[in-house]
Formats: sequence, structure tokens, C-alpha cells
Amino acid sequence: MCRDCGCSVPPESPGQIVEVVQDLLAENDRVAAHNRGHFDDQGVLAINLMSSPGAGKTALLEATIVALQDRIRIAVIEGDLATDNDTVRIRSRGVPAVQITTGSACHLDARRVHEALHALPLAQLDLLFIENVGNLVCPAAFDLGQHRNVTLLSVTEGDDKPAKYPVIFRASDLVVLSKVDLLDVIDDFHPAKAAEALRSLGRETPMIQTAVRRRPAIGAWLTWIEAQLSARRGRYRRVSASRSLAMSPTSASGG
Amino acid sequence: MHELSICQALLTQVTQITRTAGAREVARVVVEVGPLAGVEPGLLNSAFEVMRTGGCASHATLLIESVEIRVSCEICGLVSAAVANRLLCGHCGAYRTRVVCGEELRLLRVELRTVDPSRVLN
Repeated sequence: MCRDCGCSVPPESPGQIVEVVQDLLAENDRVAAHNRGHFDDQGVLAINLMSSPGAGKTALLEATIVALQDRIRIAVIEGDLATDNDTVRIRSRGVPAVQITTGSACHLDARRVHEALHALPLAQLDLLFIENVGNLVCPAAFDLGQHRNVTLLSVTEGDDKPAKYPVIFRASDLVVLSKVDLLDVIDDFHPAKAAEALRSLGRETPMIQTAVRRRPAIGAWLTWIEAQLSARRGRYRRVSASRSLAMSPTSASGG
Repeated sequence: MHELSICQALLTQVTQITRTAGAREVARVVVEVGPLAGVEPGLLNSAFEVMRTGGCASHATLLIESVEIRVSCEICGLVSAAVANRLLCGHCGAYRTRVVCGEELRLLRVELRTVDPSRVLN
């Protein structure tokens, strides 16, 4: 019984206030860092590929695999709401592909990617593409452990997309204008306007152009990938060298 | 609707804090969401109303504090207010800026409801 009025309801105390200040995505970020550790240990470059549905992510990957697979060991993680159509397309090019079917979830998160990693021969890879669910909003919030974010913007979309979806375009290390072979039949997409909208986000994000159908042109894209790979290889060699040095008996004995 | 995933993460953190404090239930949860976090406050609120059911936060309210975007200019060094799709320096107009605040997606505070035994008669 309550001492103040005699009612049977226990009184509310002022309660306890717990000040926290912690990131809501702390758990996802922890798993993402763990994934990144796996990639770094095996010297794999991981690229998270994002775009709206139908911008040409899978088609660009197919062309990339054909161009690079003689020299670079590639695998793909495919995120899709439903169907494994894209995974089948990638596998038919002769590279390992793992499907993550997200159901109603509109994005990949670090845990789903971690589960997929165990189905991949990471030690035998140089380059892993993570093809995110087609969506320009949700994937931007979740770190997967990738080293680079790439966002495709097809010329059949608006050239103001960077202004409409600032979070994802700000998070991008590279923006790929895809389907540029259609520019001569599309009169309302101006690459310069897209570049200006991108620059207004306060980043000097590079923007390159690709086409894979009528007049294939993916040279700038391949050059960018090669540059990222050689930067990573240099870093991996340094890390491996310092590790083997640390494990050698002479340095362990301090001699 | 990734706000559902964000809300799930929020409720996991809140439940853990409530348990650690040995409290009965949660009265209020305060989070901070910046415009560049990519989370829609209205959707997060709707998600919370549905997902809080059955747990220690089932009667809790969610307060979402918003943050203004501020950028620091790498050219003139000044800090200015900005909007999400125009993060240019408000002083010199340069586009080389760094976001100082506006990306926050944080749990700030959990207000717990506890029964004070000293005020209850047997």
C-alpha cells in the first residue's frame, strides 16, 4: 500500500537514469570489423557494390569477371530480396558466388555477410564483390567490413540522384555512371549535373563512366579496381612481413 | 525500412542496460539521430511502437533528439550549418568540408522505472 494516499498502487519513484551514449549500430560495426579482419588476413580486397534496382550491378560484374579473371581471383556475394538469378549468372562466368536471400530485408548487414564468408575460399581470392540489395537508402547505414563502397548511377535514372540520396552517395568511394551508351537517346541526363550534385556533398568522390551492352566501355572501372588492388597488395605485403618478423626466433629472443 | 533493424539493435541495448541495472521496466528511451544517419525518425518511432511489445520497454516512450548538420571547411577553417544534400562551406562556398555533426545514430539515455521499497507499506 502507498504511504502517501493509502491507495494500493505502488508509487512511482523518480526512477533511475542511465546515461549511455553508444552507437546504435555498435554490434553491426563490431561484426563488420571482424569481417574486415578476415579480408585483411587473407589479403582480399572487398568492394561493396550498391545502386537502385536495375542500375546494372550484375551486368557490370559479369563484364568485370570476363575482363579480369585470367589475372585476378574473384568471388561474389549476392544480396537479393528473392531469387538466386544473379548468383546463377555470376557462377556461369566461372567464379564462386554465394547467395544471401534477405526476404523482406532491404539491405545486407555485417552478420549476413559473415555467414556467407564461411562458404568462400577466402585464402584463394584477391577480390570479393559484395553486391548489395538494390536500394539507395537502407544499405548505406550498414558497414559490412568492405574496404571500398561503390555506387552505380545509371543514366536512365535522374542526374539529381546524389542530391536525393545524399547518405549513400556521401558514403561512396567511387560513383559509376552506368549505361552511358544510352546517353545519345536520353536527353534529360547530364553527367555534369550528376557530378555537380555529387560535389555538393562535400567530397571529391571520383565519378567514372561505364557501358556493357551496345558499346562496351569499362576501362576506367578496371583501372580503378587495379589501383585499389595494388594499394592493398602493398599493404598486405608490409603486414605479412612484419608478422613473420615478429614470429621469427631471433626477434622473439630479442637478438 | 531498415529502421526495423535499427530498432531491434536499440531494444537489445536497452534490454541489456535494464537488466544490468536490475530495473523493472523502462519509462523512456532517448536517442539522437542526425540527418546524415540515413534513418527516418518517424519510421523509427513507428518501429519502436510495434517492436517494444512484450519486453521491458513495452510501456516506454521514445524521444528522438535531432541534430543540426555542421561542416568544417578545409579551406577557410570555419564551421557552418548545412543541409544534407548541400554540404558546402557557408562562409566561402568551398566543397572541401568535413561533417562535424549530423551523422549521429546513438542511444543517449535510458530512464528506468524502479519501485522504491521505502515508500511501500506491507
